[in-house]
Amino acid sequence: MEERLDTFPRLLGHHARVRPMHPATREKDLGIWQTWTWGDVAVEVRALACGLAAQGFKRGMHLAIIGDNRPRLYWSMCAAQVLGGIPVPMYQDAPAADLAYVLNDAEIAYAIVEDQEQVDKLLEVQSQVPTLAHIYFDNNRGLRNYQTVTSYDRLQEIGREFDAAHPGFYDAEVALGDTNDTAIMLYTSGTTGKPKGVCQTHHALISAARGGIEFDHLTADESILSYLPMAWVGDNLFSYAQAFVVGFTINCPESGDTVMTDLREIGPTYYFAPPRVFENLLTQVMIRMEDAGAIKRGIFHHFMAVARRCGAEILDGRPVGTGDRLSYALGNLLIYAPLRNVLGMSRIRVAYTAGAAIGPDLFRFYRSIGINLKQLYGQTETCAYVCLQPDGGVKLDTVGMAAPNVELKIGDNGEVLVRGPMLLKEYYKRPADTAESIDADGFFRTGDAGFFDDDGQLKIIDRAKDVSKLASGAMYAPNYIENKLKFFPHIKEAVAFGAGRDRVCAFINIDIGSVGNWAERRGLAYSGYTDLAQKPEVRQLIRECVEQVNAELAGEAGVAESQISRFLILHKELDPDDDELTRTRKVRRGFVAEKYGVLVDALFGGKKMEHIKTLVRFEDGRTNMVAADLVIEDAKTFPPPGKIAA
Amino acid sequence: MSIAQRRIGDVILKLDNISLAFGGVKALTDISFDVREHEVRAIIGPNGAGKSSMLNVINGVYRPQKGMITFRGKERHDMDTHDAAVQGIARTFQNIALFRGMTVLDNIMTGRNLKMKSSFLAQAIWLGPARREEIANRAKVEEVIDFLEIQHIRKTPVGRLPYGLQKRVELARALAAEPSLLLLDEPMAGMNVEEKQDMCRFILDVNDQYGTTIVLIEHDMGVVMDISDRVVVLDYGRKIGDGTPDEIRRNQAVIDAYLGVAH
Repeated sequence: MEERLDTFPRLLGHHARVRPMHPATREKDLGIWQTWTWGDVAVEVRALACGLAAQGFKRGMHLAIIGDNRPRLYWSMCAAQVLGGIPVPMYQDAPAADLAYVLNDAEIAYAIVEDQEQVDKLLEVQSQVPTLAHIYFDNNRGLRNYQTVTSYDRLQEIGREFDAAHPGFYDAEVALGDTNDTAIMLYTSGTTGKPKGVCQTHHALISAARGGIEFDHLTADESILSYLPMAWVGDNLFSYAQAFVVGFTINCPESGDTVMTDLREIGPTYYFAPPRVFENLLTQVMIRMEDAGAIKRGIFHHFMAVARRCGAEILDGRPVGTGDRLSYALGNLLIYAPLRNVLGMSRIRVAYTAGAAIGPDLFRFYRSIGINLKQLYGQTETCAYVCLQPDGGVKLDTVGMAAPNVELKIGDNGEVLVRGPMLLKEYYKRPADTAESIDADGFFRTGDAGFFDDDGQLKIIDRAKDVSKLASGAMYAPNYIENKLKFFPHIKEAVAFGAGRDRVCAFINIDIGSVGNWAERRGLAYSGYTDLAQKPEVRQLIRECVEQVNAELAGEAGVAESQISRFLILHKELDPDDDELTRTRKVRRGFVAEKYGVLVDALFGGKKMEHIKTLVRFEDGRTNMVAADLVIEDAKTFPPPGKIAA
Repeated sequence: MSIAQRRIGDVILKLDNISLAFGGVKALTDISFDVREHEVRAIIGPNGAGKSSMLNVINGVYRPQKGMITFRGKERHDMDTHDAAVQGIARTFQNIALFRGMTVLDNIMTGRNLKMKSSFLAQAIWLGPARREEIANRAKVEEVIDFLEIQHIRKTPVGRLPYGLQKRVELARALAAEPSLLLLDEPMAGMNVEEKQDMCRFILDVNDQYGTTIVLIEHDMGVVMDISDRVVVLDYGRKIGDGTPDEIRRNQAVIDAYLGVAH
């Protein structure tokens, strides 16, 4: 009997037969790493799937999954798929109202959640979600007296009884699965408008997973840290799809606070992090280096200069002089290897980043100390699989070449178009949106504007609909400018305004860690984020960053007119809980422009100062007003060399 | 959100006519009250009222000159500190009495001291039974660490922690002894609103999940009124009030003690 390994449940069965003793999932619990092998996982999933079936879960139904990265929640996804159901993971930090929207849209009747926090949120909105009938929880802390919810352990107990009474049921269900069935539904973050449910099939995810595995030669011996939100497509690709296809181990950290120590303990071989994680790590390293003695600092800076000179080239396998090679080898012994160890990256063979632009300096730093960091590009609708950077062809400012089996082209309006097996099946219950997103030739409209550079690698400029024109007719890509600003460790977030205007102005959020440290070293006392953000010294510091960006923009074709002439520092960080950012931390441009309209007017109206009062929502749902007087600064702009074309 | 109905049981601790004096200073005069099992009993009063002394008497640190302590039916004139610990009374201290140079984990392990039966020699040479015992105790300690959400500072020396976290570690050490009666001496002193809310949640969770009887000294009236089942009020070493939070709130003697009376 030939086995079609084309659905996740069948892949699970395969690994349970072929490598039953190989570690599949680990979780740090009670201070030690607990391991479950593929054999163990198959047993757990079987009990869970039978339990859900006994409780009435049927083919085609949706299972909500809400919580941090926990083995049992990953197993729940597989259990739903066994029965032909569709897991719908959601963001664990979403407030109850956001959850209610998705629960209703996906018609959720069954939910498996992590702990009391999630149970409380669901119970809070249960009256608004009439379909929600069955809630199961993993961690029973605080839930002893809750009557209407059931524990995961109990669900498995029910499952084992059901399995004993219906011995052929599980295998029959697994056999019924089809590769073109929807395997998972992920809600897009919704930078504009409400989130949409993206349906991805087993075939799409497995193709994307296989492509990545072959591209990077991944094996069952890989070990990865699963710490990114389960509701995000990237985590599904790495911690679920790829793990199931090739059989490597996923490691779930103990808690959100311990991720960095857990990273060091596991020493993953394959790693993904958004650019801000890499930024934070580097900032912390630099801050701690400043505290070191003079000799250590001297050695560090000397060898970092060597790395800057030739490190990335050595990693790429390009020719480097012998003198430099010897210096680099010595540097590796003294600095780079220990540094990689401290970061938890000693065993990394390939690390990826994506989701936002990464600063070229930052990118180069990691490559120069021997960490094979590369960029990838994709979105929920393409299983996060469109472009990958090849080893030996890593450029600092591109997102790479088309991944295996992906066709890539640029549309007439500059939009990036993609075709391949990893495309979404549909937007759930939105046939009009689905039809609109795929053109006549079957190419998916990514909504990003980009172009191919001289080496044939893709460069992303901005979201296509955000690219517009200044009053003068020159192109205006706000994301491009904002990314340049965010490359500075002192700047956490930036929002530029300029569409149809005669000049560009910006809001800036400072990074409290980096700027706080800078302030402490200068003996500048501050009482909190708002206080620090309003200090004149900090404004001066940020102005220098802005002017540096302006100087860069002046020298680049087509963007010289997008220099920032005025800016202000916001008194509070933009936050997803206030709807200013999406859950994946992308700016909701339209909403922010409206909420802070009075500040935008002040910027363009030439005012020196403006009072702002805004509503802030705390994590428990309570709200409060925050007010401040913000000073608006002018920044120096530079004339471009020669004449600019409009 | 459903709040557990705490099954308040019979009297577990009874204090009769306790009097404690240091030379001429009468710290406690003729104090009598009882504590029921599974309840949260607060002891309040202005500074210098004798609250910490009261706790020390229960714990065995001070021996009262007069009076009777009845714990779990056994009467005695005073408690030996060792006996108190063995019988399941654990406490925290107002000014934190942790071992500053040891890690959080090691500090909490010291709370398991009475549960470890291996001899000194066996532990020093790390023989089989000693090792197994340590592992079993370590598992219990990890449960406490998980319960109080301090995994991220497990290996940090206590001296380096901020005050609020040190207090939590102190609570963890007391919990590691699996007490039936927990004495908390101003667990929320020096904390901001958020830290106080966290501490309240932990205290209520301990009471709810483990059924531990809690006697706490606290100054924050909001906290006391919110989480206690019954309250004892002391002033100048005498008891001036005893009852539910509502009764205490209306007690004129208590109000006078706190706000002062015009002479």
